[in-house]
Amino acid sequence: MSAAAVVTSPAPPSSDTVNVTVDGRTVAVPRLLPDWRGKLVPTTMIQACEQAGVEVPHYCYHAKLPVAGNCRMCLVEYGLPALGPEGQPLRKPDGSLAVKKSPRPAIACATPISPGMEIYTATPEVQQMRASVLEFLLINHPLDCPICDQAGECKLQEYSVEYGHAASRFVETKVHKPKQVDLGPRIMLDDERCILCTRCIRFTRDLAGDDALGIVNRGSYNTLAAYPGRAFDNPYTLNTVDLCPVGALTAKDFRFQMRVWFLKETKSLCTSCGTGCNVLIGSRENRILRYTPRANDAVNVCWLCDHGRLNYRWIGRPDRLRQLAGSRLPAPTWDAALTEVAQRLRHAVPGSVAVVASARLANEELYLIRRLAQHTGAATDIVPRSGPGDAWLIHADKNPNSLGAQRLGISADPAGSRLSQFAAAIGQGTLRTLLVFGEDVTPRGLGPELLDRLECLVVSDILPNRTTERAHVLLPGCAHAEKCGSFTNVHGRVQRFFKAVEPPGGARPEVEFLRELLQRVSGEPQPDTAEGLFHRMAAEVPAFAGLTWAGLGDTGAARPPEAERVRPRADATAG
Amino acid sequence: MPVTVPSALEAQIEELIARYPQKRSAAVMVLHALQDHFGCLAPETMEWAAAKLELQPINILELVTFYPMFRQAPVGRFHLKVCRTLSCALAGSHELHRHLCEKLGLDRHAHGPQTTPDGKFTVEFVECLAGCGTAPVLMCNDACHEGVTLAQAEALLAQCEGG
Repeated sequence: MSAAAVVTSPAPPSSDTVNVTVDGRTVAVPRLLPDWRGKLVPTTMIQACEQAGVEVPHYCYHAKLPVAGNCRMCLVEYGLPALGPEGQPLRKPDGSLAVKKSPRPAIACATPISPGMEIYTATPEVQQMRASVLEFLLINHPLDCPICDQAGECKLQEYSVEYGHAASRFVETKVHKPKQVDLGPRIMLDDERCILCTRCIRFTRDLAGDDALGIVNRGSYNTLAAYPGRAFDNPYTLNTVDLCPVGALTAKDFRFQMRVWFLKETKSLCTSCGTGCNVLIGSRENRILRYTPRANDAVNVCWLCDHGRLNYRWIGRPDRLRQLAGSRLPAPTWDAALTEVAQRLRHAVPGSVAVVASARLANEELYLIRRLAQHTGAATDIVPRSGPGDAWLIHADKNPNSLGAQRLGISADPAGSRLSQFAAAIGQGTLRTLLVFGEDVTPRGLGPELLDRLECLVVSDILPNRTTERAHVLLPGCAHAEKCGSFTNVHGRVQRFFKAVEPPGGARPEVEFLRELLQRVSGEPQPDTAEGLFHRMAAEVPAFAGLTWAGLGDTGAARPPEAERVRPRADATAG
Repeated sequence: MPVTVPSALEAQIEELIARYPQKRSAAVMVLHALQDHFGCLAPETMEWAAAKLELQPINILELVTFYPMFRQAPVGRFHLKVCRTLSCALAGSHELHRHLCEKLGLDRHAHGPQTTPDGKFTVEFVECLAGCGTAPVLMCNDACHEGVTLAQAEALLAQCEGG
């Protein structure tokens, strides 16, 4: 399978505009808009309606997929400027253009606009068409909403409320189709719920590059299927669950776990690689139940790889580190632990301290580590993490914030190259205090026997490992879902994530205890919000210059390119 | 178990593919050629066709399950296709179908082609055979029989039995 190369940044909209009237309101819309590949194509009626703020109900249309035009839900009425016998536009007595309404409706998703077009989405005829399309779609659809996972986010339900008939006129026997079809390792299919919109087929064929799904049989027996004996298994299959407007395709992972209306959704990022796909974390009562992609045209459009999506269970693992621990812990309080570590750092001989940080920590945390290292004269590095990547969303760099660590000067060049120096220095006895934040260093040349030779090993982590076992002071930390911060993805885009769930037991966000530790070591007050820290970092670290916390928004921001070369002068006046 | 396609058939199929600007356009023709040879389109045959046309097997399965002329199981030596579209239905094709089924001991209510246990006859209702002016019409393998009376149908069965 080859993942199709996809243009992730949309082409700039054409400055060329066309005036169309949607439900009586005239709007200027671009003549061309990017299609699913980012190629500029003539704007369609559904896009014009969207720009006019009018939603046209639809099932098969999806802005990021090729247009199929099969569901007929987006039928609208329209009119075009009337032309006289000479081909000249006809005018009304008041001088305005006369518009001739088309005798037939058109599907808004596949009909291009033209100048002077009038689109009518709210006429009784359009309402009637929507009701009729829905009635057909529901003929063979089971009424199993109470046990359907899609309930609450089902387009069939939503449009039935808005446009459907209150009662069914269908007295015949419904066509029965396969249920609980094990389509692949992560997907379950209920063919009776399928409305044959083909979104999943188009995504899988045209975007994932794995032509695995199709519609077999004919007429009312039409059935979505994979070829018998061939599992639907590519790295992106779970996107079809998001795309499915009904409950036909469900994720085995989330199936029957939670009614979706109980989920709290938190804007976050996927941490499984350096791409930094935007996600929503769905949680309830402090338990994470699913990740779903969050739209960001500059990063992941609206897709997510299966591995990243399912890589959340570790956050709720029962063996999470919950309590402060270690032989040098004077008392089991954060205050005592941080005072002890600060004391040690303040009195350390320069060159006797080193820090191994994780490129899974946020920019703000790495910034605090940078400051801490500056105060103690400590050398720093990170643990690089690489794996298989592809030409689409899966990056070979498996750390979510490698570039942040690089730009903050935490990681060596190349990343991880200083770890062997640390090992040598421990061996020689010159390196006596090691701080490890969020990594197990034992497989990285800093084995247990070396760690045992340290005078002081301070470790913070989330899950137990061979490094945490040896810590003289163990500080329980947080997963990204339990705190707020930002990551810099492999393309230099700085993006924010927010807290979805509470950390377990006595665990605290690294950003909090690093700040307190830095205050104790430096004696200087530090900002106590992510925003304040971010602004201090942006003021201090050239790689973040020009960025503001609020400016990152929901989809993040890359550093303005001019900020890289021209530092704003204090006396510069605003233009 | 991979299918063995004789070289003559493969050459014929390659000639069919060469007629079209895109390989996939030849899919239906190729499937007809394979079905004519093998009698039906088994999974291995569909997979062979998919590979030959540089498609995925699901693309072939879609076609095979869409068109009623393609079949995934073999039919009898004599394949009787009785038209059930309007003209023939008005002219008695349902009686004709029932008569054939009763004579051959087949279930006339069952869906799809019905084959005698000895594998000699298959009776199937089909859509319009384009002989509306001479209804009712049936086809016995590739031969078209028009204005078929019950007596003529019995004679046809007898002829097939003898043949």
